Amino acid sequence: MKRYLKLAAYAALLLLLPFATGLALGKTWVRILDFALLYVMLALGLNIVVGFAGLLDLGYVAFFAVGAYCYALLASPHFGLHLPFWMILPIGAFSAGIFGMLLGAPTLRLRGDYLAIVTLGFGEIIRIFLNNLDTPYNITGGPQGIDLIDPVRLGPVSLNQPPGHAVYSYYFLFLLFALATAFVSTRLQHSRIGRAWAAIREDEIAAEAMGIDTRNLKLLAFAMGASFGGLSGGLFAGFEGFVSPESFTLTESIMILSMVVLGGMGHIRGVVFGALLLSILPEALRYVGPLEQSLFGKIVIDPSGLRMLLFGLSLILVMLLRPAGLWPSPARKRELLAHGETAKHENTNIYDAGR
Amino acid sequence: MDIFLQQLINGIVLGSIYSLVALGYTLVYGILGLINFAHGDIVMVGAMVTLTVVRLLSDSGLPGPLVLGIGMLTAIPACMAVGYLIERIAYRPLRNAPRLAPLITAIGVSILLQNLAMMIWGREYLSFPQILPTRTMAVGGASISAIQLLIVASSTIMMAGLSSLIRKTRLGNAMRATAQNPEVATLMGVNVNTIISITFVLGSALAAVAGMMVSAYYGIAHYDMGFILGLKAFTAAVLGGIGNIEGAMLGGLLLGIIESMGAGYLGTLTGGIMGSNYQDVFAFFVLILVLIFRPSGLLGERVGERP
Repeated sequence: MKRYLKLAAYAALLLLLPFATGLALGKTWVRILDFALLYVMLALGLNIVVGFAGLLDLGYVAFFAVGAYCYALLASPHFGLHLPFWMILPIGAFSAGIFGMLLGAPTLRLRGDYLAIVTLGFGEIIRIFLNNLDTPYNITGGPQGIDLIDPVRLGPVSLNQPPGHAVYSYYFLFLLFALATAFVSTRLQHSRIGRAWAAIREDEIAAEAMGIDTRNLKLLAFAMGASFGGLSGGLFAGFEGFVSPESFTLTESIMILSMVVLGGMGHIRGVVFGALLLSILPEALRYVGPLEQSLFGKIVIDPSGLRMLLFGLSLILVMLLRPAGLWPSPARKRELLAHGETAKHENTNIYDAGR
Repeated sequence: MDIFLQQLINGIVLGSIYSLVALGYTLVYGILGLINFAHGDIVMVGAMVTLTVVRLLSDSGLPGPLVLGIGMLTAIPACMAVGYLIERIAYRPLRNAPRLAPLITAIGVSILLQNLAMMIWGREYLSFPQILPTRTMAVGGASISAIQLLIVASSTIMMAGLSSLIRKTRLGNAMRATAQNPEVATLMGVNVNTIISITFVLGSALAAVAGMMVSAYYGIAHYDMGFILGLKAFTAAVLGGIGNIEGAMLGGLLLGIIESMGAGYLGTLTGGIMGSNYQDVFAFFVLILVLIFRPSGLLGERVGERP
């Protein structure tokens, strides 16, 4: 009974949150909440690759881009196609998954940092192609991107209606998807596949000796992580109504990775927490400028620089104080607390994403 | 033919710069197994400091090369200090932490350095005063400028110096020992912490020189110039086999040449469909190909699954 009460309390909190935020801080902050939910989905997707399977991926935003452009091309005047969103989202997720396999297949033999740099290069390649595929045939719209993308429509109702309330309706849409993503992630982690991933992450050779098909499972991790990214990309395109290569830079990949690591990778609650924190913190730091104004009566230091400075500083501090992330899984915490030479050895090797 | 020669020259110049930066990545990686994401930003600091000094002295009537030299001699210690501090504050406390933790602090340091630079030097592109002679030499239909000669010559000298430092001296011996096995190196009387600090300081000095070169060559400096340069240099280090000194030099040079050839010929090869804006794709594409066929880079040793 107590459990249900708790659940009901959480549900009420999540349902009322946007309205409370909207009343207290204004619509801009509801929009920030929407984006935070998108980041939760992205971070959970990347967590499958990095946290579960231990494969370091620095080009994750490429899959986000694939999903977003899928939506943009299939539901905008650009090609004159206007498919409904429930048809495009699977297409986007599926194409992103295919791209994930494309990236995974040739790179499976690579380990650790080599894998990191190849994924990084892959991400950049996708972005550069998006940026330049407006000649000789205009496919992606080049640096200008694609605009006038159809909003998400449930039956006859567009989520952009009534005007001005879009941020609220998208909040609930994103919340639904984020909860589903978290649910799938949790189930995945404890499934046969998830346990196999953990085995690969801890020791690939031992995993192989136990009869785990490491090649296919690593491919699967890439594909699943990528399709989560594609899904959130589609939602992003529908929400923004505009996509351009600007949104899919390496900085974005790094940001998502920071969310996963900072939160406590492999631990779903930790990752969700990390995503919420890192998407809201830079926005909250926007108040640095007004704060300076009120403290000193004038702008002493450039506020936007100071804001990112504080952000970088907090990344460093958090990692120095909590190397395993802010909210690591209980098992992981025990490992870190364990003393002795063996534990030290394991700590350096366990999460090395393959050496 | 002259286009080929010209692109080759441009590629070698660009490649020399990449090599210098790549050495910083490879030195640190060889010893700590850590991607120092902030290395590119140290290059930026080097460029900015040089530029500031050169601007201050440009009206003093001193000869151009001397001014540039003074700028460089200011930038080197500045970058060394930055490199040392970064290692002490952001990496050393995390030496036994999970492996991705220092990666995140590295990202944090990179953001920090960029924004500090933005506060100090502003967000505009700063132009580098024209202090070197612009005269060019003609070689077989292609032209070489003074700055290009300077870049290639000085990076060659520095790389040769670094090479013999690592091969011949006691310090180099200690560095190699630390790279192979820090624990055994400690047993042999090597102070591993000092060696790691020295490695960072050395890499930062090279980065300072590279920063001077980049800003003097392109005549421009910007607070986020280090990011893409660092990315390319890291690619070069991986291309050559990360952790391998000669590999970084070769990788840098190759990447420079590949890029400038790509920029020169991609348009004609693909009938105008892909222009020089695909230059970066070209570089990454070559990298991926190399890694597929030689997963440990061109000169990298094939290591066992678990060292």
